[in-house]
Amino acid sequence: MEDEPHRCFSFLPTFLPLHILIYTPNPVLPEHNRTKSAAVFFHILTMIISRFLRRGISTSTSPTRRRSWWDHVTPALKDLINAVTDAFLADPCPYKINLGVGAYRDDEGKPVVLQWVREAEGKIGATNFLESTSTAISSKLVEESAKLIYREDLDVIKERRFAGIPALSGTGACRIFAEFQKRFYPDSTIYFPDPTWSNHRNIWGDAHVPGRTFHYYHPDSKGLNFVALMDDVKNAPDGSFFLLHPCAHNPTGVDPTDEQWREISSLFKVKNHFPFFDVAYQGFASGDVERDAQAIRIFLEDGHSIGCAQSFAKNLGLYGHRVGCLSILCNDKIQAVAIKSQLKQISNAMYSSPTIHGISLVSKILSNPDIKALWLKEVKVMATSIQRMRATLREALERLRSPLNWQHITNQAGMFCFSGLTRAEVDQLAKEFHIYMTHDGRISMASVTTKNVDYVARAIHEVTASNRDTKILHNIGAYKVNTDICSTFLGTNKTRARGMNLAL
Amino acid sequence: MASTLLSLASATPSASLCFHEINKGKLNLGCINKEKTNPFIKAKSFGRVSMVVASNVSHFEGITMAPPDPILGVSEAFKADDHELKLNLGVGAYRTEELQPYVLDVVKKVNKLLLEKGENLEYLPIEGLAAFNKVTAELLFGADNPVIKQQRVATVQGLSGTGSLRLAAALIERYFPGEKVLISSPTWGNHKNIFNDARVPWSEYRYYDPKTVGLDFEGMIADIKAAPEGSFILLHGCAHNPTGIDPTPEQWGVIADVIQEKNHIPFFDIAYQGFASGSLDTDAASVRMFVARGMEVIAAQSYSKNLGLYAERIGAINVVCSSPEAAARVKSQLKRIARPMYSNPPVHGARIVANIVGDSALFKEWNAEMEMMAGRIKNVRHKLFDSLSSKDKSGKDWSFVLKQIGMFSFTGLNKAQCDNMTNKWHVYMTKDGRISLAGLSLAKCEYLADAIIDSYHNVS
Repeated sequence: MEDEPHRCFSFLPTFLPLHILIYTPNPVLPEHNRTKSAAVFFHILTMIISRFLRRGISTSTSPTRRRSWWDHVTPALKDLINAVTDAFLADPCPYKINLGVGAYRDDEGKPVVLQWVREAEGKIGATNFLESTSTAISSKLVEESAKLIYREDLDVIKERRFAGIPALSGTGACRIFAEFQKRFYPDSTIYFPDPTWSNHRNIWGDAHVPGRTFHYYHPDSKGLNFVALMDDVKNAPDGSFFLLHPCAHNPTGVDPTDEQWREISSLFKVKNHFPFFDVAYQGFASGDVERDAQAIRIFLEDGHSIGCAQSFAKNLGLYGHRVGCLSILCNDKIQAVAIKSQLKQISNAMYSSPTIHGISLVSKILSNPDIKALWLKEVKVMATSIQRMRATLREALERLRSPLNWQHITNQAGMFCFSGLTRAEVDQLAKEFHIYMTHDGRISMASVTTKNVDYVARAIHEVTASNRDTKILHNIGAYKVNTDICSTFLGTNKTRARGMNLAL
Repeated sequence: MASTLLSLASATPSASLCFHEINKGKLNLGCINKEKTNPFIKAKSFGRVSMVVASNVSHFEGITMAPPDPILGVSEAFKADDHELKLNLGVGAYRTEELQPYVLDVVKKVNKLLLEKGENLEYLPIEGLAAFNKVTAELLFGADNPVIKQQRVATVQGLSGTGSLRLAAALIERYFPGEKVLISSPTWGNHKNIFNDARVPWSEYRYYDPKTVGLDFEGMIADIKAAPEGSFILLHGCAHNPTGIDPTPEQWGVIADVIQEKNHIPFFDIAYQGFASGSLDTDAASVRMFVARGMEVIAAQSYSKNLGLYAERIGAINVVCSSPEAAARVKSQLKRIARPMYSNPPVHGARIVANIVGDSALFKEWNAEMEMMAGRIKNVRHKLFDSLSSKDKSGKDWSFVLKQIGMFSFTGLNKAQCDNMTNKWHVYMTKDGRISLAGLSLAKCEYLADAIIDSYHNVS
């Protein structure tokens, strides 16, 4: 063991990677900031302690070299959504319910593989994938994806005035766009609705594009804060980039009306903002893919040249295959070719291309009109069942004479319900009732079934009812799990990052 | 459409980083002030100009065409050629003797199996399929390797070699900001793009000696020694791409010595395990040697070639750490990097690999098919060498064709000679003189020999 007295100062440079842990303050949900500060403080403390307790294989005689290369690597903060699933999996209670991940379940709570996906898989088999057919299949996917979201009869589609590449589902499409945005607008920022999907911030953050927010959700009405939204759009510098959810907003399920979209679009024109749509739930909001694309159609009518990230994870049930599409509308074919070449270059240095398997499946389903029609029926079935569960959950809560207003459950659309539950209530649901959801109170309605809806309603009622007389006391048996599972990943509010100026 | 001024971020293209430089593929983002100059925008700088109404004007007016990928561009040019004797020796994708793509029998079997099983398509965890991660690490390091038993390897499924390299590059950028990666000169063209986009500075170490058409070992060692302590050294585990020239086991030992001495981190790119010699274990010898010395090693794997799973994008990034606890931390950070890149990796390729490697009968079959593929390439090398030696009366030593290993051969032809190969003989190859023997059949060896001899002697 070498004597390295200066080592106690060598942790200082490792503060450099801290930017990965620091996020812009979230003004709407300040409890997030405190939790994040606490988590960061805890990790820094771990880092400092580990430096003094470190043992490792010494591969060097140089006194300045650390023992292990990776000593200064701290454990990453767990992904918020996956952390819910992890906690759920670790829970031995047979009654447990996972309302965390946005993945569709049947009424038994089992994952669903769409019928047409199975058939298409059978057809694909082990096809010989020549480079030329790969290119052809990729182009087909892009073409079909564009038709799905933009409408076949538009000039911009007929004249192929768009640049598109297949992408690794929605995440991959957003990331390629973020990198593209950074490359060509290096000083730009991106405006996210507040709140938005938790991964958006990291996607643009890792592409070194700073994120800002615009008002979106009104916690009082549990609906859209339209006035503040328009204000923020107006006050943003001209030519800003905005991320919009065209339907089934994640996590709130709150969508603007058509009229509101029209106003947003007009204001975008005046301000010359760039609208980038994250389309993860086309078909899931209303059951009708055309209806769910209405916001985009409105923007196109106004002449915007938009960008779109499409995911086929949910509506085609292809979660694990990672299929999506990134498209950007252009002025002309020449520009489309140039932009596509840049998008390809970015993706080539990241993963080269998505899998041919997934791309083939989607392209087979979308390009065959009969299969496509049958698929659309399946989407409607899924969306309708979610809508039915929304109504059922709301009725169940109202039957329990919950003092709270649960209208928003049916007002909101898509896979998620922003329940309005507080962090403490979410924790309690996990600890006492073994119901797991993200700590912002987002419930995946796709995981609520006829079999568990009563239990979920009773649990929600139990944690939210302020009047003791209206509480229904449960006896859920002997399966009280050790509470540490939830508190570990949710963090604690006990410590604060005093004097560290950590903006979370 | 009325032309209108756009609101552009101020971006002045630097004269020294013009489009021409980018075309040469020599762009090194590590040396420029990234924020001030943007080589991608050709437009004049308008500064910050706001416009009133943006009717039908794109925000991306000034975007220029990206340079064509030098490797994939070859296939495109080949497709466009109707000459009957044309030969595509561009992309490193295995072809049968009939020059058809080859789907391995084991892969077909497993695809059928998976279809029958009818598994669901749920998201994988961010780190990928656990069964896959287990077998891929065992395949590379050996199932009995202490590093595996001690759980000192952080393994994360990646999108083939490219995706795995990108994860590692992002990890390096985050935790070793400013530290360089040394890459061989030459190396696979995409390495530079990956490190550039990940904002990791790189520089080159000598590797290929055009005089001997072999390894410039002294140059390599000198450059690795000269690099600042703690650099990352990117090494090709076997079947160097594009040269086909691998160090001997003794030379590997010396390389390991120097890396240890300078406290560098070895970073292996293993894209051809099993494909080079036909044996999975032999081809992993270099990596295993470094690991056996107790070094912390990064290794990126790809199943594109050895399982023919090019289009399924399956590979892995492995980081061998000094303790299981470090491995856990590193793995968590790799996941942190992957999540905003693609959330979780694709499931299909992982299931195929896990099923093949996890079943001893299928694994045996795979080994046999791999030997067959590697064997065919060795035969082609021999035939080509024989053709060259018999047809060329100048006494030039063509034995490098036999000495080189793997899919590729560095012919030693310069750009003008390569152009001649394409223009006169309709032989498509990359301009650095690399030919893909996987795209060559025994039947065409004589024709290729004629082309090479003509280009070498008659064009300068």
